[in-house]
Amino acid sequence: MTATDQDITENKKQDAQEFEGLQTPFKRFLSDFCESKLAVLGFLVIVGIALLAIFAPLLTPTDPYDLTSVTILDSRLAPGEKMMSGTVAYLGTDGAGRDMVSAMIYGLRISLGVGIGSGIIAMLIGISFGLLSAYAGGRVDALFMRIVDIQLSFPAILVALVLLVTLGKGVDKTLIALVVVQWAYYARTIRGTALVERRREYIESAVCLGLSKNRIMFRHLLPNCIAPMIVVGTMQVAHAISLEATLSFLGLGMPQTEPSLGRLISNGFEYILSGKYWISVFPGLALLVTIVSINLVGDRLRDVLNPRLQK
Amino acid sequence: MTQKPTLDVKDLRTYFFTKGGVAKAVDGITFSIAPGKVLGLVGESGSGKTVTGFSILGLVDQPGRVVGGEILYRGEDLNKVSAERMRELRGVNISMIFQDPMMTLNPVLRIDTQMIEAIRAHEKVSKEIARQRARDALGQVGIASPDERLRAYPHQFSGGMRQRVAIAIALLNKPDLIVADEPTTALDVTIQGQILYEVQKLCSQTGTALIWITHDLSVVAGLADQICVMYAGKIVESGEVNAVLDNPMHPYTHGLITSVPSKNKRGAPLSQIPGMAPSLLNLPKGCAFAPRCKWSNSNCQEQPDMRLAPENRRLLCHNPIEYNNDNFSQETS
Amino acid sequence: MSVFIIRRLLQSGVVVIIMSFIVFSGVFLIGDPVEILVSDDADQEEREEMIKSMGLDKPFLVQYGIFVSKALKGNLGESFVFNEPALLLILDRMPATMELAVVSLMIAIIFGIPLGVWAGLKPESWASKSIMTGSILGFSLPTFWVGIMMILFFAVMLGWLPSTGRGDVQVILGMPISIFSWDGFSHVLMPAVNLALFKLSMVIRLARAGTREVLHQDYIKFAKAKGLQESRIILVHVMKNILIPVVTVLGLEFGGLVAFSVVTETVFAWPGMGKLLIDSIGLLDRPIIVAYLMIIVFLFVFINLVVDILYSILDPRVRLQDVKS
Repeated sequence: MTATDQDITENKKQDAQEFEGLQTPFKRFLSDFCESKLAVLGFLVIVGIALLAIFAPLLTPTDPYDLTSVTILDSRLAPGEKMMSGTVAYLGTDGAGRDMVSAMIYGLRISLGVGIGSGIIAMLIGISFGLLSAYAGGRVDALFMRIVDIQLSFPAILVALVLLVTLGKGVDKTLIALVVVQWAYYARTIRGTALVERRREYIESAVCLGLSKNRIMFRHLLPNCIAPMIVVGTMQVAHAISLEATLSFLGLGMPQTEPSLGRLISNGFEYILSGKYWISVFPGLALLVTIVSINLVGDRLRDVLNPRLQK
Repeated sequence: MTQKPTLDVKDLRTYFFTKGGVAKAVDGITFSIAPGKVLGLVGESGSGKTVTGFSILGLVDQPGRVVGGEILYRGEDLNKVSAERMRELRGVNISMIFQDPMMTLNPVLRIDTQMIEAIRAHEKVSKEIARQRARDALGQVGIASPDERLRAYPHQFSGGMRQRVAIAIALLNKPDLIVADEPTTALDVTIQGQILYEVQKLCSQTGTALIWITHDLSVVAGLADQICVMYAGKIVESGEVNAVLDNPMHPYTHGLITSVPSKNKRGAPLSQIPGMAPSLLNLPKGCAFAPRCKWSNSNCQEQPDMRLAPENRRLLCHNPIEYNNDNFSQETS
Repeated sequence: MSVFIIRRLLQSGVVVIIMSFIVFSGVFLIGDPVEILVSDDADQEEREEMIKSMGLDKPFLVQYGIFVSKALKGNLGESFVFNEPALLLILDRMPATMELAVVSLMIAIIFGIPLGVWAGLKPESWASKSIMTGSILGFSLPTFWVGIMMILFFAVMLGWLPSTGRGDVQVILGMPISIFSWDGFSHVLMPAVNLALFKLSMVIRLARAGTREVLHQDYIKFAKAKGLQESRIILVHVMKNILIPVVTVLGLEFGGLVAFSVVTETVFAWPGMGKLLIDSIGLLDRPIIVAYLMIIVFLFVFINLVVDILYSILDPRVRLQDVKS
């Protein structure tokens, strides 16, 4: 190799290095995120659980809602015993004779659905109110934030409890209660971020350019508030799933006919003192794995997206 | 002149092992300082001046590490001493003044707590005696009614006052060596002048050696005996302050001096150093300053060696500016 | 200063009034208590008498008005089920709940702060990573399930601790307390740990985040440059800086502990006011539900008020901000 050849390869190497330095923000985010193996694992588990929930009817050995196939003779079978229909109940059966595996997968479906559904609705409401509040300022802002403050000064469990006592049981009612509990977090977060971002130079320059208010709000302000929203959203979904389970355990929330994981655990609680652990333990583990995975991802997201911690 | 140096730094290397690669923040610097003398350490931000200061006190944070060289304090290599010995030296023999006075005092502790603990960490004295000494130290740096001030919290002080307190703390145990990291940069010009004057007076009175880290050449010109000019982790030129400032031989020093506005050249366009200080993660090959240097040539692709120049000066350049250069002619020695 | 306190007091009063209306109208909508209270074979006359005696025949606003005027005299109604004043019933159960909450708070502080500071000091160490993963678990584990698992392990399988009730109580300063006898302590241990888990995780995270932030401050480096001992830097310089936010948040969260004890008390059959609430919801005992919620509202408003005022005394910067805004 001649000297010039060497120079050229050197140059190429350097170019390649420089190119790596100029990654897109998304690529950098991805590589930062993947640095934590736990978070990646959490993400994969969430995807797995979501698939389980979506394809529940195809995957479960029995249909826990099919009253013709559920028989009381099967009730409280220990894990591994055979049910009347001949299917092996790998995780046992519950008090009504439902196969735990099937009941749990269906339960996951309800828990995830309610958790994510309420999260998305609450986020949309929260974003609208938060942005409006930040942008309008003055009395509107003061009024909204007072409402948010008052609501947030009471713990979510109590607010949801009161609502459900009033509304009664049911998927729709639980969803409403969870939305009411959550929207204020989103509103406060987005208002806080928007207020900070509003004072930044790039918004000032957008104003100076004479862009319309709507354009500034949705094209300039909103995209810059997304990072904290993602973090809050992830954590809130985990929180909502946990809260739904708790409410169902207390006898509010989901009705007996649509057992979420919380309801299953609650049913099992009756039998815990007689040592029939599986009815409470397995749905609890499923709940735990779901929430922990979401929180691991959320935790990592917060570290990665937090500009204060970036080196 | 053959006084034993207080501090003798030889080929010090402090690297930061970051995700993006190894940043050689300090890469083989050598200097020494004698008792009662002031050494000005000059350079742009990111040139490694502050890291040099922290290296001397053993306060380099992760992911940084001192990877080579010697820091001889009165013959004792600070790189090799135990953590406990280093702690004993800090604050008593070597102390440091930080750049931003708003940040150096703990906001939730009273001034007296912060001063007395600095004394009692090293000497078994009663709180009363320690308080007495703290009060004297405050008086020494020109703080009025020190008794009252001792009971105050930092947020009740202005920036200049806080820096005085920080200086008083640095002086509490009568150190032999003070590392001052741009202590006046954040302050008003008038306050800066007062503090410079006081520090200079104290050093000459007590024989304390002082390393003054700054980017401000005019401060160095008025204060220092020796000067070291740093660029990208290396000392590119060092020597007596007057000699260096009057006859800069390294193009970078020359560039620094000519980019300072001067009343003698009113109206004339300011000269400037083109380009930007390079990233430490991606230094150019050979002389780091070459891409910005108008005297550079093919030689500069090689890393220059340290060479000695007249008047005990040292220089890191292939093409030094000679004396009587037409750009910058001054009286010769 | 006094202006500040008066304004805060007025605000608190408004909040209490608004909440009382929301609570009352919310609970007013709950099913028909008469259905439950009156036996099936009661005739129409008996029913109407029942409705009248409970004041359920009057219009909603009148009922609310009666409720407020009685509430101002300290009368929050009589329990439909127990036929006793609701307020007394709740106050009777309150010491048990308070004891549970205080013990939990202590557990959260005593274990949470050292663990969090440790995790903040050595973020890369194996132990710190375990602490932090553990705190994610603490956040994620639904309290009631942990409670059930604790009963399963420590009561059913190992038989070490009792699973329900409060055990021996001693009356100290007029309050029944169980923690000072072994029997009482063994009863309070599991519920208190259960209730503490969430706050423990929170304290760990706050303390860790605080420590990490403080450690990067110049004043810590300056303290090192002064040659201070590592222990003094951590115990005085770091601790004092993180204690203020941690204690503030914990103060605010005490109400949360009381509220969340609803769940723990239900799991462990702890005879506190939370269990009373859940039982009353099942029985549609409206006055107790309303009284409980009003007491909680008072508690929360009171805690917020005290924290606000304390904060403005401790930190002069807060007062300035308030004047400006």
